[in-house]
Amino acid sequence: MYNEKVMKVFQNPKNVGEVENYDAIGTVGNASCGDIMQITLKIDNDVITDAKFKTFGCAAAIATSSTATEMIKGKTLDDALKITNRQVVEELEGLPPQKLHCSVLAEEAIRAAIEDYRKKQGA
Amino acid sequence: MEKKRIYFDHAATTPVRREALEKMLPYFSEVFGNANSQHMFGRDAVKAVDEARDTVARIINAKPSEIYFTSGGTESDNWALRGTAHARRDKGRHLIVSSIEHPAMIATAKQLEKDGFDVTYLPVDETGTVSPESVRNAIRDDTVFIGVMTANNEVGTIQPVKEIAAIAKEKKITMFTDAVQAAGVLKLDVKELGVDMMSFSGHKFYGPKGVGVLYVKSGVKIDPVMTGGHQERMKRGGTTNVPAIVGMAEAFRLADEEREKNAAYVTALRDRFIAGVEARIPDVKLNGHRVNRLPANADFSFRYIEGESILFHLDLAGIAVSSGSACSSGSLEPSHVLLAMGVPEETAHGSIRFTFGTDNTAEEVDYAVDVLAETVKKLRAMSPLFKQFEGEKQYV
Repeated sequence: MYNEKVMKVFQNPKNVGEVENYDAIGTVGNASCGDIMQITLKIDNDVITDAKFKTFGCAAAIATSSTATEMIKGKTLDDALKITNRQVVEELEGLPPQKLHCSVLAEEAIRAAIEDYRKKQGA
Repeated sequence: MEKKRIYFDHAATTPVRREALEKMLPYFSEVFGNANSQHMFGRDAVKAVDEARDTVARIINAKPSEIYFTSGGTESDNWALRGTAHARRDKGRHLIVSSIEHPAMIATAKQLEKDGFDVTYLPVDETGTVSPESVRNAIRDDTVFIGVMTANNEVGTIQPVKEIAAIAKEKKITMFTDAVQAAGVLKLDVKELGVDMMSFSGHKFYGPKGVGVLYVKSGVKIDPVMTGGHQERMKRGGTTNVPAIVGMAEAFRLADEEREKNAAYVTALRDRFIAGVEARIPDVKLNGHRVNRLPANADFSFRYIEGESILFHLDLAGIAVSSGSACSSGSLEPSHVLLAMGVPEETAHGSIRFTFGTDNTAEEVDYAVDVLAETVKKLRAMSPLFKQFEGEKQYV
């Protein structure tokens, strides 16, 4: 059901864990649905300098978490917000239809983290 | 190094054993006749089917005329429930099934509800056991059917079918048991159990796929569901699958002969596995009844992580298992069996079923425990649910 790329990323995901002294955190999903994704970010001058994830979920959820965190590293917050779930899926060379919601979760987690940061900055 | 291929999913299906396969082979091309034909080709096929029917009947202590061959467990379950509901609709419209039945039963019950039948889904306790008392309480004046499986396919819990059947008999209600997981493993005597109908499937006991049995006690009313030809005494249309029936009967005969020996062997593997997992991995829960469970079944919930991830890590290490998690089935709901047992949703998502067979070894079990311990540790390290428990729980 999964392509080789997804399995490869799932097997050796990048950016696992929590950024030390993170500047932003976003957590989305819930355990009863079987998916929780948490992304933590280090942000310097509106640029994401580090990103890590912790995910409770299936192989697709783990693969999209890894890919999404890779994609946002080095990007400005505005550019990171432009990343869509479709781009995450393209990066993984496709996901089975019933797993597309996992990529939506990754997009939402990035948004939630950036919102968290902006809220803290504004405060 | 050769890649390992370890099969711990015998509740899903088993390989066809060599003796059964060899017995089947002549019935594809040499003895190919339609068992419904009156000529010699047909008669040769009938002879083989009659022999198979005798064998199956003898093992479950039934009459050959009470054995109906079907396409498998799903068809037999569908037929028992729908066929009884329709045959006895003048007497009543109330059906009772346990909440942990196989989807072949649950989905049929749901469809019958749409057709105007009332269905009670019996609760189970935390071990996945149906209480005979709950059956008694659910019975109404218009109840015509009780269906409780012999043993559950996910958690392996063995049900008090004999006690429930006694209640059904007292109330003159048709009693059915889905014995798909139990056949070839437990001693099944339809008279001793007191059931009116029983289903099972060839491929669960090293026979071929696509063939099964519905036992229907003589005199018990059932409408055909597969309508068509004159096969199976006008009760089940469809050209008789002669090679599959022959293979199933042979596999069933051998499973019956070797039952005690095989049960002892897989029980030892299962217990070694359970002991290994419980010693090495914290925060696990063995689902189902610790004693009243199928010899081959070990079903575990691994807290804070999700089942499909575990499944694929094991798969990459050459170990094949099954997951009760929603993610692997494509639905969003986790196992209805675990939820009925009161397992919280997030724990139910992290459940894996290991089912052992006579082709497995203690070495394979030990290897699997090692891989599993590593996998669980790795996945928990990336779980946001786990962090709050770090420090409190020690890993061994």
